Amino acid sequence: MRTTRTVAGIAVLALALSACGGAGESDGGGQQAADSAVGVTKDTVTIGTHQPLTGPAAPGYSKISVGARAVYQAINDGGGINGRKIDYHVEDDGYNPTKTVEVVKKLVLQDKVFAIVGGLGTPTHSKVVDYLNSEGVPDLLVSSGALAWDNPQKSPMTFGYQVDYTREGKIQGKYIKDTFAGKKIGYFTQNDDVGRDTQAGLDQFVKDQTVVRQGYDTANTDVTPQLSALKTAGADVVVCECIPAFTALAILAAAKIGYHPQFVVSSIGADPATLSGLLQDFAKRGGASVSSAQLLNGLIGTGYLPDVAQTSDPWVAYFKGIHDKYIPNEQLTNTLFYGMVQAYTFGQALKAAGPDPTRQKIVDAMSSGALKGPGLTPFGFSKDSHSGYTGAYVFKINPDTTTTVIQPPSVTDRGTGAITPYTGERATPEQVNLLGK
Amino acid sequence: MTVRTSLPETPVETAAKKRTLPPLLRHALAALAAFAVVVVLTLVTDEFTNLRIATIGYYLIAVAGLTLLTGLTGQVSLGHGAFMFIGAYTVALLVRRVPSFPLWADLLLASAAGGLAGLLAGAAAARLRGPYLAGATLALAVGLPALTRRFQDFLGGSNGLSFTVHSRPSGIAVPELRWQTWIVWLSVLIALVLVVNVVRGKLGRHFRAVRDDEVAASLSGIAVGRTKILAFLISAVCGGLAGGLQAFLLGTAAPGSFTPALSLSLLAAVVLGGLGSLWGALWGAVALVYFQAWSEDLADALHLNTDVANNLPLAVYGVILIVVVLAFPRGIQGGFQRLRKLLRRPVEKKENHENH
Repeated sequence: MRTTRTVAGIAVLALALSACGGAGESDGGGQQAADSAVGVTKDTVTIGTHQPLTGPAAPGYSKISVGARAVYQAINDGGGINGRKIDYHVEDDGYNPTKTVEVVKKLVLQDKVFAIVGGLGTPTHSKVVDYLNSEGVPDLLVSSGALAWDNPQKSPMTFGYQVDYTREGKIQGKYIKDTFAGKKIGYFTQNDDVGRDTQAGLDQFVKDQTVVRQGYDTANTDVTPQLSALKTAGADVVVCECIPAFTALAILAAAKIGYHPQFVVSSIGADPATLSGLLQDFAKRGGASVSSAQLLNGLIGTGYLPDVAQTSDPWVAYFKGIHDKYIPNEQLTNTLFYGMVQAYTFGQALKAAGPDPTRQKIVDAMSSGALKGPGLTPFGFSKDSHSGYTGAYVFKINPDTTTTVIQPPSVTDRGTGAITPYTGERATPEQVNLLGK
Repeated sequence: MTVRTSLPETPVETAAKKRTLPPLLRHALAALAAFAVVVVLTLVTDEFTNLRIATIGYYLIAVAGLTLLTGLTGQVSLGHGAFMFIGAYTVALLVRRVPSFPLWADLLLASAAGGLAGLLAGAAAARLRGPYLAGATLALAVGLPALTRRFQDFLGGSNGLSFTVHSRPSGIAVPELRWQTWIVWLSVLIALVLVVNVVRGKLGRHFRAVRDDEVAASLSGIAVGRTKILAFLISAVCGGLAGGLQAFLLGTAAPGSFTPALSLSLLAAVVLGGLGSLWGALWGAVALVYFQAWSEDLADALHLNTDVANNLPLAVYGVILIVVVLAFPRGIQGGFQRLRKLLRRPVEKKENHENH
């Protein structure tokens, strides 16, 4: 009797469940041929991404997809790419790798996206690279500077976007060595590839000067112990390889314990407008009010995209036009701009893939080396390299939170090669002519 | 005639056997039927739904373990995610370091590792009660994932470990996710049969006795401390298995997945499904997976602004939890039982009340 009831109960549940999903559909699920055009119809291209819209990395980063969406809207309103509008699916993974695996499978299996564009985060995205490559899904412009994305042999579908952390670390390291000779240096880094890859670059130049290394974990927002350790070790310069939330937390924790080192922050966490907002916000939650301009004054950072405050830059002016039209109520930060450039770059690749894009064609377009973009240093994309931007410039934050470039763009490799100033020409928006005929 | 003949009992036993099968066999048959249902279900749904069904599977065993601990022995644990963490990392390390081990051995070891941790936690927990126990177990959930930072090279730091589990024999031509769903549910059902047997048996009665009144239980000869530790052990084995299955399914183990929020949502699932009922564990697991998915879809469909959309799933979950607990203090399963009683009352006058 009970057995019958048990079985009946499970059967009822089974029916209830099958009503929830798209029943009756079951594709092969094996390896997709790379020449397939899943997600492409006569008039749309469906793409997806995973972003931290909630959770520890959301402050700052949740605006990236807002910027990207505005550019896709502009593209769609301009008639799309080769007549196809871009359908942009954003899934929240909360910077939680388990969730990333789930939402990426959802994008691939349920939403049937053509490509994943700008999947965000090292701990998160590293869990789906193998899956995307085995399913033959283009995995373009990963929002992270880990070296892992640049591995064309093992991951032919995956391409980076940012300057990788080792390159950036080298440029920072050389700058620090030249400018702060003889000073004590401390590292404050995220406990994952961000930290590991950056130190590989920094150590090439400032290993001897480094007196202390501290790490943080995104799950723990109290960074006072680490900053105290940096203070105790007497570090004059603190290299902060942190996401925006943790740059802000580090600055606040240092101020709280009366520690005023020279912060050098990498591009992932050095956007003045985003940092100002976060500093205010975090301080308010702690029951204090701070002057973010004062806290940020003199902070040194690295970047590879033009700063949004440089309104004379043709690309800044171009994206400001899109911003004013589609998302005027959002603050135009470098982080928002990052998403806009990323979306625009995907647009370029899609256009280069021709009138009948396939997954293989867009991978070929990415590797062609033809993408000339808004960045101040060139992409490293070629047949043998899937590396994103290949260098960076160094800037300083002024008392009014604008920035001044204190070392022009230079490029380098991920190994031990030299750092050389970059003198190449950037294409202008008119030359790229994404929405023109 | 043999020497030992306490024969009078035997005929009675045989008669009982004729009426009902032994519990273990009965539960095994039910599990087999349930497995058949899962297989059919995965065949008629798409691959992504398969993933969700598998997700329900591993949450089910985790919630069932916690139900046994909290619902049956009255020990509140806010740290059950820690056992999942242990299970997940055990599988991750085994797959990466000892690739020759078969999957079933990895899963067994993950359960064992969870159990070992549960034994230690239980030994401490047996001396604590109420809020003190809750606090101690919460510390487990907060502290344990930090080990990944301490042993960065071994456990991969915040980045965690990623790997691919090859479990599908080459001869079997089913999609990977479907196959994985079967493995997950097969493991879960086997574990559930054992858990149900414990719950329905002598140990289960001891659990309830300890929950209801520790003094009375110890007066009737139950070793209260040992019983509490056993409950911790069993529920931690379930947690370890759940974590191991999650790692197997998703190919990842990272500290960001085992935050205290996970432990809290497991406990919420126990309450939502029905405290003290293993069927409740099923409803709780379904709720964990589907309420989240539905409210996300809802937020998408309503084109809400991002700040609202991001928080909607949690808000919806909270509202449902409050409504269910207000309407049915014994959770969803309690609601079902009440409904069933209402429907049956006119027919059967003597209903055998059983709370599990």
